[in-house]
Amino acid sequence: MKLLEEFSIGLFFWQAVLFLALLFLLRKFAWKPILNAVNEREEKISDSLVQAEKAQEELKQMQAQNEDLLKDARAERDGLIKEAKETATKMISDAKDAAKEEGSKMLASAQESINAEKVTAIMELKTTVAAFSIEIAEKIVRSELSSEDKQKALADKMAEDINLN
Amino acid sequence: MMDVSMIGAGLIVIGVGIGIGRIGGSAMDAIARQPEATNKIQTAMLIAAALIEGIGFAALFAA
Amino acid sequence: MAVNANPHEEEEHNDSAIERSEEEQAAYDKAKNGEYVIHHTKDSHDFGFVTNESENKHYGFSLPVILYDEGFHFFSSSSFDHGHKVAKSDGKYFKLNSHDAKIYRCDEYGEIYESLKPWDFSITKNVIVTFLMCLLMFLLFRGIAKSYRTGLAPTGAAKFFEPIVVFIRDEIAVPNIGEKQSKKYMAYLLTVFFFIWFLNLAGMTPLGINVTGNLALTAALALITFIITTFTGNKNYWMHIFWMPGVPVPMKIILIPIELIGMVVKPFALMIRLYANMLAGHVVLGMLIVAVYSFENYFASGAFLGLTFFMNIIELLVALLQAYIFTMLTALYFGAASATAEHH
Repeated sequence: MKLLEEFSIGLFFWQAVLFLALLFLLRKFAWKPILNAVNEREEKISDSLVQAEKAQEELKQMQAQNEDLLKDARAERDGLIKEAKETATKMISDAKDAAKEEGSKMLASAQESINAEKVTAIMELKTTVAAFSIEIAEKIVRSELSSEDKQKALADKMAEDINLN
Repeated sequence: MMDVSMIGAGLIVIGVGIGIGRIGGSAMDAIARQPEATNKIQTAMLIAAALIEGIGFAALFAA
Repeated sequence: MAVNANPHEEEEHNDSAIERSEEEQAAYDKAKNGEYVIHHTKDSHDFGFVTNESENKHYGFSLPVILYDEGFHFFSSSSFDHGHKVAKSDGKYFKLNSHDAKIYRCDEYGEIYESLKPWDFSITKNVIVTFLMCLLMFLLFRGIAKSYRTGLAPTGAAKFFEPIVVFIRDEIAVPNIGEKQSKKYMAYLLTVFFFIWFLNLAGMTPLGINVTGNLALTAALALITFIITTFTGNKNYWMHIFWMPGVPVPMKIILIPIELIGMVVKPFALMIRLYANMLAGHVVLGMLIVAVYSFENYFASGAFLGLTFFMNIIELLVALLQAYIFTMLTALYFGAASATAEHH
C-alpha cells in the first residue's frame, strides 16, 4: 500500500521519543506549576468572594445592631423624660396635697379653738347666769321669808312633803 | 492513473461533502434556534464532522 | 526546484538540447510541478532552503544519517550529494533514492538492491524541526510556569497561553472526562494540543516543513493515545467492549468484534485525519503556488496569488482546528475509558 511505503519507522521512533520526552518534561516543569497556579488563583478568587460576602453580611448585622442600640437609647431617653415628667407632676401634686392638708389642718385647729372659745364663753355665760339666778333667787327667797306666815306656810309645806314621803 | 478508483474517490468526496454540509447546515439552524447553546452545538458539530471526515479519508486512502 | 529525478530520467529529460514537442513539454511540466509539490510535503535527509535547479546547487544543512544494517552506520547526508553519490560506510554502500527519498543498499556503482533497505534512524529534517519545536515549547512553557512564582496574575506570554490552557481544561477535558478523572489526563491533552498546533504552525513557514502531515508523527501520537486509553480503561470500559450492558445476549456476542475493531479504528482515524488534513493543505497550497508562476499572464498570476493568500489564512485556522479536534477526540476516548457507571 502507498501509505505503508511512505511510513518511516525511524521517523516514527524519533517522533515518539521526542514527544514522550516533551510530555514528561512539560508535565513536570510546566503543566503542574501552571495548573496549580491557575487553581490556586481560582480558589483565592472564590475565597475572597466568599469573604467579601461574609464581610458584607457582618456589616449588615452591625448596622442592624447599631439601629437596635439607637432604638434602645431612644426608648431609654423617652422613658427618662417620661419618668422626669411623672416625678415633676408627682412633686407638684404632693406639694399641692401637703398645702391642702396644712390648710385643712389649720382650718380644723382654728375651728377647734373657736369651739373651745365658744365653750368657754358659754361656760362663763352659764356661770354668770347662775350667779344672777342665785342673786335673783335670794332676792325672791328673802322677799318670801319676810313675814311669819309665809315662813310658817313654807315650813308646813315642807313638813307635808316630808310626811308624804 | 485514470482508473475506477479515481471515480470512487470522487464519489467519496461527494458523499463526505454532503455529509459535512448537512452537519454544518443543521448546526446553523440549531444555533439560530438556540443562540445561547452555540458553544455546545459547535463542539458537537466539529466532532461529528471530524468523524465523517475520518471515514472519508480512510476510504480515500483505500481507493 | 528541489526535484532530483533519478539518473536515468535526468539523462532523458534534463538535457535541454533534446527537442520536445509542445505536448510533451506540457506533460513534462505537469509531472515536474506535481513532483515538486509532493517533494515539499516529504521528509528529507537534509535541511534545504534554496535549490538552484539549472546548476544543481543546494543551499542548506546536511544532517546526520544513522542506519542500522547489521550494525550501526553514522555519516553525514552530504555523502549522498542529494542522491547523486554513493556513500560508503563500514564496507557497505548506500544510496539515497531520490524517487522516494529513502536510503537503499547498493553496490559500488550505485546499482540499488531494492529488497535491501536498512533501518533508517537518521536525524532527518522532521526530527530536527520537531526537536527545535519541542525545545521552543519547553522553554516557553517553563518560562510561563516560572512567571507564576512572582505573583498569581498572568504576565507576558502567560496572558496569551493561560486562557488556552484553561480552555483545554474547562471546555475539552472536564466536559468529556469529568472533573475528577480529567486531572491525570491533563498533561497529555495539553502537550498533544500545543505539540500539534506548534508543528502545524511550523509547517506554515516558508521552509517547506511538513511534520504533522507525515504519517510517522500522527501514528506516534495516535499510538500513545491508544496505549493510554487501553491502560487507563476501567472495568466499565472493558465491560462496554466485551459484555455490553443492557442488550440481549446474541447482540452482546455480535457487538464484541465490532467494539474490538472500534478500539483500533478510533486511534487509526485520529492518525489518518491529522495526516490527511495537513498533507492536503500543503498540497493545495503548493499547487496554488505553482499556479502563480506557471501562468504567463499577470492577471491569472495575481488571482492565484490572492487565492494562495486566502488559502494560507484558511490553513492557519486549520492548524488550530486540527489540534483542537485531535485533543477533543482524544479527550472523548479517555472519557469513555475512565467513565464510571453513573455516567450512563
